[in-house]
Amino acid sequence: MIAQACLDLLQGFGVALQPHNLMWSFFGVLIGNLIGVLPGMGALSAISMLLPLTYTMHAVPAILMLAGIFYGSQYGGAIGAILLNLPCHPPHAVTCLDGYPLTRKGKGGTALGITMISSFFAASVGIVVMIFASPLLVKIAFKFGPPEIFSIMLLGLLAGGTMSRGSPLRGVAMTIFGLLLGGVGTDVNSGVMRFTFGSPDLADGVELVALALGFYGVTEFLRNVNRMHTVGGDTRLRMRDMRPSKAELKQAFWPMVRGTAVGTLFGAMPGTGPTITTFLAYALERRLSKHPERFGKGAIEGVASPEAASHAKTQVDFIPTMSLGIPGDAVMALILGALLIHGIQPGPQLITEHQDLFWGLIASFWIGNVLLVLLNVPMIGVWVKLLRVPYRFLFPSALFFIAVGVYSTNNSLFQVGEVVVFGLIGALLVALEFPVSPILLGYVLGPMVEENFRRSMLLARGNLAIFVDRPIACGFLVVCALLIAAQVFFAIRSWSGRRGSIRERVGLPEALAASDD
Amino acid sequence: MHRLLERCGNDVLGGALMVIVGLGAWLQGMTYSMGALAAPGPGLFPAVLGFLLMPIGLAMAVFGKRAPARNEAGPRPEWRGWFCIVASIVAFIVLGSHGGLVPASFAVAFIAALGDRDNTLVSALLLGVAMAVVAVVVFWWLLQLQFPLFQWG
Repeated sequence: MIAQACLDLLQGFGVALQPHNLMWSFFGVLIGNLIGVLPGMGALSAISMLLPLTYTMHAVPAILMLAGIFYGSQYGGAIGAILLNLPCHPPHAVTCLDGYPLTRKGKGGTALGITMISSFFAASVGIVVMIFASPLLVKIAFKFGPPEIFSIMLLGLLAGGTMSRGSPLRGVAMTIFGLLLGGVGTDVNSGVMRFTFGSPDLADGVELVALALGFYGVTEFLRNVNRMHTVGGDTRLRMRDMRPSKAELKQAFWPMVRGTAVGTLFGAMPGTGPTITTFLAYALERRLSKHPERFGKGAIEGVASPEAASHAKTQVDFIPTMSLGIPGDAVMALILGALLIHGIQPGPQLITEHQDLFWGLIASFWIGNVLLVLLNVPMIGVWVKLLRVPYRFLFPSALFFIAVGVYSTNNSLFQVGEVVVFGLIGALLVALEFPVSPILLGYVLGPMVEENFRRSMLLARGNLAIFVDRPIACGFLVVCALLIAAQVFFAIRSWSGRRGSIRERVGLPEALAASDD
Repeated sequence: MHRLLERCGNDVLGGALMVIVGLGAWLQGMTYSMGALAAPGPGLFPAVLGFLLMPIGLAMAVFGKRAPARNEAGPRPEWRGWFCIVASIVAFIVLGSHGGLVPASFAVAFIAALGDRDNTLVSALLLGVAMAVVAVVVFWWLLQLQFPLFQWG
């Protein structure tokens, strides 16, 4: 089986190295890196802005390009996080904790170098895991019927809601809100229009790109306007500064390996976002360190481990997304949406039916990561200059690209209006401290959850016991129940604790809320 | 009204909002056919979701912090920026259907740029012109976007 996987991978390299595909992959990586560096822009805005561009393309180059944008923007985001203390993509918030102090010590270049080495190492490991795990997972995945898919999606949604930043109740509320948004439009089974408010423009549902750009573009601009000015400092960096010394490499090696392990483990779990992964990797390093007091003051381990975790997770995350159709986080939900738009149904059949796409994607990951290292090391000076683009020019131009981009998806001005509406809704929700990522997850999964629930009910003739009778489905539901029980337990403990004495609860979600933003 | 909003914490306001959204979804979902469990109708899923959202919102409001943490003053409202951002996209929609791509592109960048206090009238004008050029060259000419450059009516 492994020999087969290697053969398939070789074929994948053949696909990814075709000049046409290679060009789009390179383009994606470059644009992703560029947008990731720009202050206030992250992977989500980059992907949703360029998603309309891919509609006219063939599926393989389109997905290669989107994946390239994704990990390209992660590389780019690390630059802003380390040099300017600006986490544009939430997972980088953890990198800031030690990355920025290193910059202030004049070690910013070294931190970036370590980041790149860790990212490349972790991504390579993640890719190898993907190669061997995917065929195995496909075997299991064929046992998945509608009840199993429904229950694992439920688990993913629950995990995504409770483990996002902010309180678990808020996360779950936002997940349900997202599920409701996913239900807008014509019901496929009966043709009934739901939640369209009598508008025929909503019959096809809410547009994915409009939703994502509203929540991640317009909402961010509304929050940052006149609060972010000239972000760039006078940091100067040359290639020479980026080479870490032998001692620093040795110091960073084991944290890097452990971070990769954490990222790989969590990547395979649906619903656990990247922020929690990086936070866990950081916490683990601090726990293991002999000098935990160094963390937060510029410890190189505090940069290596979370960065490795986030990149390993990025790669491994593609496994549940592609083989089960269950995205791990909001970015994956967008890529899943792109797959669906191109008429590719994610699921166990994807690997056998669209071999060129799947193995081509894996091969392109590795090629893309090599390209990123090649791009970032010599061009670091250019990226640092980009950090100095003033916000007053950045956001009006971005708004223009958003407006035209959304229009071009369906040649519909109505959907440009959706962007404003979702931007305002997003701003309101963020002001009330709601996390917005679970909405996107719920929106993409909503129709699938409903479809699989209805199919299971048809199969079982309305007998809900089908979810308990099937062992795999039952297992996932038990995990769901445990997750809820744990959250209720923590909530009761903290509530009674707060009423007695003011005791700080060191729960994960709250620590995350503090580290984020 | 303003006082009342300030006295409630974010938990109470957010919880109340969720109860309202849930109630709306539940009531609206009930108007579609519910079907039976053996053959669920289009109304079942939204109604159940709306019904679930209500107790969650209630729990947020009841168990949440009663008063807002008043240790630091929240960020000042930024009416000028907010208004210009919303107005810029609205202008794009209106001018897009009655004026064409060029005026719409100019307007979205120009109006949004005016929202930032650091921009002068001249720099906003220049940015608007630049974006109109990008729209024509990249989107209309290179990407063949279906959007007339100028149109009346």
